[in-house]
Amino acid sequence: MKILYFARLREAFGESEEIGFSEEKTVSEIIDMLTARGPEWAVEFSKPYRVAVNRKMANFDVKVSNPDELAIFPPVTGG
Amino acid sequence: MRVIVQEKDFDLREETEKIRQNHPEIGALVSFVGLVRDHGQGGKVLEMRLEHYPGMTEKALEALLSEANRRWEIVDVTVIHRVGRLPASAQIVLVLVASQHRKDAFRAAEFVMDRLKTEVPFWKKEKTAEGWHWVEAKASDEIAASEWIG
Repeated sequence: MKILYFARLREAFGESEEIGFSEEKTVSEIIDMLTARGPEWAVEFSKPYRVAVNRKMANFDVKVSNPDELAIFPPVTGG
Repeated sequence: MRVIVQEKDFDLREETEKIRQNHPEIGALVSFVGLVRDHGQGGKVLEMRLEHYPGMTEKALEALLSEANRRWEIVDVTVIHRVGRLPASAQIVLVLVASQHRKDAFRAAEFVMDRLKTEVPFWKKEKTAEGWHWVEAKASDEIAASEWIG
């Protein structure tokens, strides 16, 4: 599955990465997995963030699998 | 209905003329232009950088305009949002709503701006004397957007 990061999270983790897993997971399970990677990950996920699945704003209980595109970013500040 | 995300500047008059010439039936045209304020969260703003999510940003704007179209009588609408580096006082966003009557145009323009601020993926980074920092989302924007629910 492709994970995209934007803004503050892009600067911390890079633009994107591919991760693969055998069964469906919820967005919050993926966030937990990323948070467990180390202190720099935990710090970023302790600040406010939002997620989009397949380019649509999503909740943390949405299930995702390998063909999906998950984006993680800070609350938006356009306009 | 036009949704454009671009680096270059836009011309309000030019965009107004396009709508006016295409739609002799309109009686009202409401425009909103958002600018780079010279004073931000970290003091005097020297410059701003805007990031977006190509593919999703356009889609989210289109969804927003479709919702506005369902809720009010809109004849045409143009949204242009700039990205990249912008100096102080630069134009950031244009919302132009054309309608037969003013109330629909006013309401729809305000709705589009309020919701754009909380659900369309753009992120601002400001440069002040202390350096670059990401602009924090404001609770007042969340409240303004939530007032359109229902």
